[in-house]
Amino acid sequence: MRLTPLVGAVAGLALVLTACGGGSDDEKKPAETKAVALEGRGPITFVTGKDTSGNLQKQIDAWNAGHPNETAKVIELSDKADEQRNSMIQNAQAKSDAYTVLNLDVVWTAEFAANRWIAELPEADLGVDKLLKPTVETGKYFNKLYALPADSDAGLLYYRKDLLTKAGITEAPKTWKDLFAACDTIKAKVAEAKDAGCYGGQFDKYEGLTVNASEAINAGGGQVVDGATGKPNVNTPEAKAGLDVLVNAFKDGHITKKAITYTEELGRADFQAGNLLFHRQWPYQYALAQDKKSSKVVGKFDVAPLPGVNGLGVSTLGGHNFAISEFAKNKATAVDFLKYMTSPEVEKANALVIGKAPSVAALYDDPEVVAKFPYMPALKTAIENAQGRPKAVKYGDVTTAIQEAAYGALTGKTTTDQALSDLQNKLVTLTAQ
Amino acid sequence: MTTAHGAALARTPLHRRVLPYVGVVFVLVFCLAPFYWMVVSAFRRPSDQFDSSLLPAPWSTENIRAVFDPDNSFGRSLLNSLVVAGTTTVLTLVIGIFTAYTLARLDFRGKNAVLGIIIATSMFPGISQVLPLLKLFTDWGWINTYQSMVVPSLGFALPLAVWNLTVFFKQLPFELEQAAMIDGCSRGQAFRKVIIPLAAPGVFTTAILVFMMAWNEFIIALSMVNKKEMQTATVTISKFTGMRGFDQPFGTQMAAAVVVTVPLVVMVLIFQRRIVAGLTAGGVK
Amino acid sequence: MATTLRKPPAAVRAGSGKPAADGSRRFALLLLSPTFLVLALVVGYPVLAGFRESLYAKAEGLTPDGFVKEGSEFVGLENYTALFSGDRGDAFLNAFWNTTFFTIATVVLETVIGIGLALIMHQALRGRAVIRAGVLVPWAVPTAMSGLLWRWIFQPDGIANAILGRQILWTADGFQSKVAVIIAEVWKTSPFIGLLVLAGLQVIPREVYEAASVDGASALQKFWRITLPLVKPALIVAVLFRLMDSLRMFDLPYVLIGGHKESVETLSMLAWNEAGNLRYGVGTAYATVLFLYIAVIAYVFVKVLGADVIGTARENRKAGK
Repeated sequence: MRLTPLVGAVAGLALVLTACGGGSDDEKKPAETKAVALEGRGPITFVTGKDTSGNLQKQIDAWNAGHPNETAKVIELSDKADEQRNSMIQNAQAKSDAYTVLNLDVVWTAEFAANRWIAELPEADLGVDKLLKPTVETGKYFNKLYALPADSDAGLLYYRKDLLTKAGITEAPKTWKDLFAACDTIKAKVAEAKDAGCYGGQFDKYEGLTVNASEAINAGGGQVVDGATGKPNVNTPEAKAGLDVLVNAFKDGHITKKAITYTEELGRADFQAGNLLFHRQWPYQYALAQDKKSSKVVGKFDVAPLPGVNGLGVSTLGGHNFAISEFAKNKATAVDFLKYMTSPEVEKANALVIGKAPSVAALYDDPEVVAKFPYMPALKTAIENAQGRPKAVKYGDVTTAIQEAAYGALTGKTTTDQALSDLQNKLVTLTAQ
Repeated sequence: MTTAHGAALARTPLHRRVLPYVGVVFVLVFCLAPFYWMVVSAFRRPSDQFDSSLLPAPWSTENIRAVFDPDNSFGRSLLNSLVVAGTTTVLTLVIGIFTAYTLARLDFRGKNAVLGIIIATSMFPGISQVLPLLKLFTDWGWINTYQSMVVPSLGFALPLAVWNLTVFFKQLPFELEQAAMIDGCSRGQAFRKVIIPLAAPGVFTTAILVFMMAWNEFIIALSMVNKKEMQTATVTISKFTGMRGFDQPFGTQMAAAVVVTVPLVVMVLIFQRRIVAGLTAGGVK
Repeated sequence: MATTLRKPPAAVRAGSGKPAADGSRRFALLLLSPTFLVLALVVGYPVLAGFRESLYAKAEGLTPDGFVKEGSEFVGLENYTALFSGDRGDAFLNAFWNTTFFTIATVVLETVIGIGLALIMHQALRGRAVIRAGVLVPWAVPTAMSGLLWRWIFQPDGIANAILGRQILWTADGFQSKVAVIIAEVWKTSPFIGLLVLAGLQVIPREVYEAASVDGASALQKFWRITLPLVKPALIVAVLFRLMDSLRMFDLPYVLIGGHKESVETLSMLAWNEAGNLRYGVGTAYATVLFLYIAVIAYVFVKVLGADVIGTARENRKAGK
């Protein structure tokens, strides 16, 4: 594949002169990027983090067989979300047409749409009705669709069913109070659980903490950003009650000290070794924890919805959406490709290989899928009730601010009150437009 | 440290003869213990990656095989790395030697300014150079080419090479060169036949350092290339990821790191023989 | 490219016969031109583009339909003054201190260990090749990989804690994370100094030591009076480049400990973070300030320790004799 060096001679000269976009971009009229039909047919590229399921290439091959003049080629980016985003932004800054379809993390939609790096999608043609509604929401910005959900994700509560049974507890806890009480009971009654940690999540200072802190705040009935108005509203008693659950659990030892370094993988290590009784984790852990070679908890655990302060909690929504680069050439082909990739057949194949949460609602009740991945119905409920993370153009700053506040509170460096009021102030500045 | 000096002389007391070996052991432990951990992690089964036993139990080549999975085309990446790092090293040495020779041997005004400017170019944080270069190279149609990786690496390596070689050339005895010229050598011949062999340790060291710098370069290679067939090894490693997005194939990454590191070390071993042989054959010592 | 690269050999052949008196300046510049060409392209252009960028700010705010406003305006030095005020000012001071602390700690340790490595390699009579290759291993491991390796070593249940017999949370924010970064950095880069010093040791003629021994010098005296002065030029170049690299430290704390952690945040990380959030103006302002800081440090270092690096190395050598 050859890359066309530049869009046009004039634009090229302007690029060199303005280097990093420092100068004016006058030649591009803001208005014309909208409502224009997505045109052009021919070869496209699909830009994504590496897929090791081995399934992606099969699907691409199938697409290529049916579209010999509009073939798709995979461009793999780094495995780190930060670096994926960087590569995509660099290409957008260089206005390169090398990338056609972008695989975006759900939290990037606002930034990419607002900067006009991705094209608005023809919502009516894409059959979004068959997709889970919260996932479609993540692809929208200012009520227009910019990205089509391809897969989803939500947190689940993994718990040691065997130990619960041994301690005489019949069902998974629904509230934090029940959870910690159950933990104390188990530790008192079951010798093998004496040294285990009660609860774990993702508390190291990275995106995982944003997810966990948001879940805690939502679990208390609070919000980071008001869903209806989009205004920050985190300095509330409800938010405090939610975050305080984690803060206090760190203080009284229900969360072990080392959990402050927990990422998904470090938490998984402890859960699989039998050192954790309750674990907030993504669905990916299910199959790995059932692997006899590495896991000591095979057949001993189950999943449930996350707990809350009063009644069940709320998960934060994960997943990926596909979007079309504004600078790409063959956008009409790209739209067809999007339809293909989100079709029930393709998503089902994906779900069956590695248990990826599909965006197509019906698949969660598909007998074949459920037989292989028993957590699917629970996951569907979790996704349907899940909350998205703030739709901020400056999402990078927003998530840093949330991590800053949560990390300070969890490590005892600041009080919860102080952390939340600082966070509120920062968010107000960051989202003021 | 006191183990080291002075032991060159014969007729030294026993502890003087033993201590260097103690030193050698210390050096090898310091340098190789973490590397050992890397190797051990590479040879565990992927499912044992959280183990911290000192030996893998059981041993497994699963990680190594995962590295060379045809899907990764890791062999091709190693070849690309070799081309990029090799070309960079050769060009850096050629350009660097002439520049350094000029700075060390010729007298002209503004020499210090030249040295100052050259070193100043390695004071800017590399990460802020990526975007302007990407735009420029996109403009020139250089994306997915070797030169888009070689030229920046050349720029990153030249200051060190020039400074290091300049210091070396300065230290070499001027008189030998002059003697050679009196014997009828041209300046170029004197340079080739006298200076270069004498400077061999310095040139060799510079070559190693430059080669490794280029071999391990990541940010530029990641940004300038989006075609799998043109990726270098460090970029390919960065794309190893777990099956499900969150799981991290630590063992496979360590296996890849071992595979990337070992050729360098072997290369040093081979070249070293040559250089040492060349030194003694020239009879300069 | 190709033509510029072919220039130097041709130039030498043409110029080699001439006496080095009159045309020597022009000849010198000719020999230097390839280096300058490459550096102007790879460093000069981005730095100037960056500096220009640092004088502009992107328009703030969104249009009514949610798009970012186009264009940017000239703001003079505003991006620079912004570094020193408010939250950013605190972050800057903290990062400035971290950067300086890391640099001093790692460079001192690396120098001591590096000289030690070099002396041991130089003295080793047997298996010198193997030792030398072994010493190179840490330097040969790609930085991102060694960051990952050390992260694994320093995890709560990792081998470091197993050896120490206690659970230190190395990767959590705090002083221990600084220590972790320093250990990993010193491990990786001591061989760099070791190698350059070794090359310096190898050009010291054996007769110098023999003469000193005849005069009855002790081992320690020989080290201070002969070895150190004679390897000083090589050592200074090695330390200077480590100093500059250390001041720009970025990947290691980022991979090993993580971003946004106060105890390890360096100036390069701040610059990267601003650029990552599309504030290229502020990002390059950080980079420019860092550049100035490095320039000052390097200048002072060369003035104080290495004034003779280029000029009088040979005199030193004679003095050593």
